[in-house]
Amino acid sequence: MRTIKIALAAALALSAFAAAAQTIKIGFITSYSGLNGNLGPYMERAVRLYIKEHQKELPPGVKIELITRDDTGPNPDKARQLAQELVVRDKVNLLAGVVFTPNALAIAPIATEAKVPFVIMNAGTAVITTRSPYIVRTSFTLWQSSYPLGEWAAKKFKTAYTLVSDFGPGHDSEEAFGKAFTAGGGKIVGAVRAPLQNPDWAAYMQRVKDAKPDCLMVFIPAGKTATAVMKNFADLGLKDAGIKLIGPGDITTDEELPNMGEVALGVITVHHYSAAATRPANKQFVADWKKEFGQNETPNFLSVGSWDGTALIFEMIKQQKGKLDAERSIEIAKQWRFDNSPRGPISIDPETRDIIQPEYLREVKKEGGHLANVEIETLGTAVKDPWKELQKKK
Amino acid sequence: MSGYTSDPRIRPQELLPWIIAIAAFFLLPEYLSLGARVLVYILFALSLDLILGYAGIITLGHSAFFGLGAYTAGILGAKYGVTDPFLQLLAAALAAALLGISTGAVILRTKALTLLMLTLAITSIVLEIANKASSLTGGADGLSGVQVAPILGLFKFDLFGRTAFIYCLVALFLGWLLIRRLLYSPFGAMLTGIRENTARMHAVGAPVYWRLVLVYTLSATMAGVAGALLTQVNQFVGLNVLGLEPSGDLLVMLILGGVGRLYGAFVGPVVYLIAQDYLAKQYPEYWYFGIGVLLVVVVLFARGGILGLVDQWWQALSRRSSSARASAR
Repeated sequence: MRTIKIALAAALALSAFAAAAQTIKIGFITSYSGLNGNLGPYMERAVRLYIKEHQKELPPGVKIELITRDDTGPNPDKARQLAQELVVRDKVNLLAGVVFTPNALAIAPIATEAKVPFVIMNAGTAVITTRSPYIVRTSFTLWQSSYPLGEWAAKKFKTAYTLVSDFGPGHDSEEAFGKAFTAGGGKIVGAVRAPLQNPDWAAYMQRVKDAKPDCLMVFIPAGKTATAVMKNFADLGLKDAGIKLIGPGDITTDEELPNMGEVALGVITVHHYSAAATRPANKQFVADWKKEFGQNETPNFLSVGSWDGTALIFEMIKQQKGKLDAERSIEIAKQWRFDNSPRGPISIDPETRDIIQPEYLREVKKEGGHLANVEIETLGTAVKDPWKELQKKK
Repeated sequence: MSGYTSDPRIRPQELLPWIIAIAAFFLLPEYLSLGARVLVYILFALSLDLILGYAGIITLGHSAFFGLGAYTAGILGAKYGVTDPFLQLLAAALAAALLGISTGAVILRTKALTLLMLTLAITSIVLEIANKASSLTGGADGLSGVQVAPILGLFKFDLFGRTAFIYCLVALFLGWLLIRRLLYSPFGAMLTGIRENTARMHAVGAPVYWRLVLVYTLSATMAGVAGALLTQVNQFVGLNVLGLEPSGDLLVMLILGGVGRLYGAFVGPVVYLIAQDYLAKQYPEYWYFGIGVLLVVVVLFARGGILGLVDQWWQALSRRSSSARASAR
């Protein structure tokens, strides 16, 4: 009898120990090298910062292990391989991250096959979430910003020219803006797609200048490329010719504004996040960021997508007490609301697993000696992905 | 060195790569998808070695064939419902052979830098076509949803890469047999002759131009097959299979292993891809630096590649032991 008791006690202790040593592994894939390789750290830092600040909220004994991988820019082949290895070798509970759409599309089948929830923290092409039932997105879609932008622009301008990167998000942005702009009575006088890894913008800008539109809508992947576009826009005298530069917020990311300089002044964008926003949640977020990484550092919209994505992951872990089940996690994600996001209240659309969030009209202005995306108008407080709404009507 | 004049029988040490591969299958089950990629790149490197190392055709455009093969298999599997892996391979081989013979017939009339630039132009053109024909290739977003039926209706491509590994190993083995056979034949001797002294080969009446076109087409076909294998393993094709970068990477692998030696094409990709995998895992932010250092070290200290270095050591060792024997006498 005693031996049985001892054995039972031992078994109990063992199981308690097993529960105590619960580690949730997150396979985090983003870009640290290649085109816009500077963006990866903005995402990873946000994830680490959230974990650091909120670790206490996890169920007792549960720990999070973040396994980071470099997909080397828009390189779907590499991304797919990394995801496969994370699932097979490292046996991760969740996949997360991803700057570029092609990479997200390549990972989607792995998430489906391995039944691993995949939290998309940036890539913004509308179609992504339809590619796997295990995908949840906490970032944005290009339609969410470009469609309202088109509606707004139609009230201000008669003609527009669009210049986008030739890949998924670019096509989305072009289509969304074009649809809304023409529906509002505007006219698209020209639409051009530039290669994704395009080093030279002068030729494109010259064509735009010759077409004399009222405004130029640009989408290119966030980061350094945007700065090059801005410089060419000014150098070729488009600004002086009275052409207004507008676009989704990707073209004036908060961290690139200092590099852009005066050129960026007056650029109008629509987006879900600006580091200059005055919401208390955002002020806190920016202050924590600066405290952790240095006074000159600024979070951007990739940071916010990752921050909120991590919040979602925490919610999954908390509700399931550290034992993650893929189906259950996705169900939790579908019900998720987060009122304390730096970008304002957000939630996940239970039908599409895509984000519902506010969208703001912003203008680049000088604030306290620094350029900032100043929010001048709220275009919508709970914007669903317009593309998916249009698909439903069909 | 291997060649027409040496004994064509397979030496025991030539079985080493295959023993290692089979051992890896059983010992490293978690690394099989990486393993399958390595095997694909070995086949690709072999095809380059055949024209660069043996025939002396310098090229920066070998990815054109690799990419064409990859896209042929991918488009068939994703858009036209041709899911049989062997049919896909066959189609890819044919497409690559066609491109090889048609471009080879034109560009092989030139030499050296002109040839180099032309090969580069061809892969750039193919890349641009793949980028623009996005309804067929998916453009920069890549071609996803490639369907590949189980091999012989029995072996499904699994997430762990078991089937893929064995499948690629068999393909590589057949490719290796073919190339080895070629190199030990009069044809192989003729290629080496063309590389070493083209004028003399003309003088002895060898049809230099046609031999070059033939070997170029063969190599293109093999590269196409390698591309198709990669597609089947990944069930995905991205633009990164085309253009200067993959051609350059491949060249680096071959130089790393040793150009103009059959097994240089085996050693190079293994070292390069494993180093890449390891470094990218340890230092996701700085791994390119490690690759750079590796290259500099090899170029500075191992001119004949890793196998060249092994050769040197081997010679030094046997010289020392023979001189030791001489002094003992």
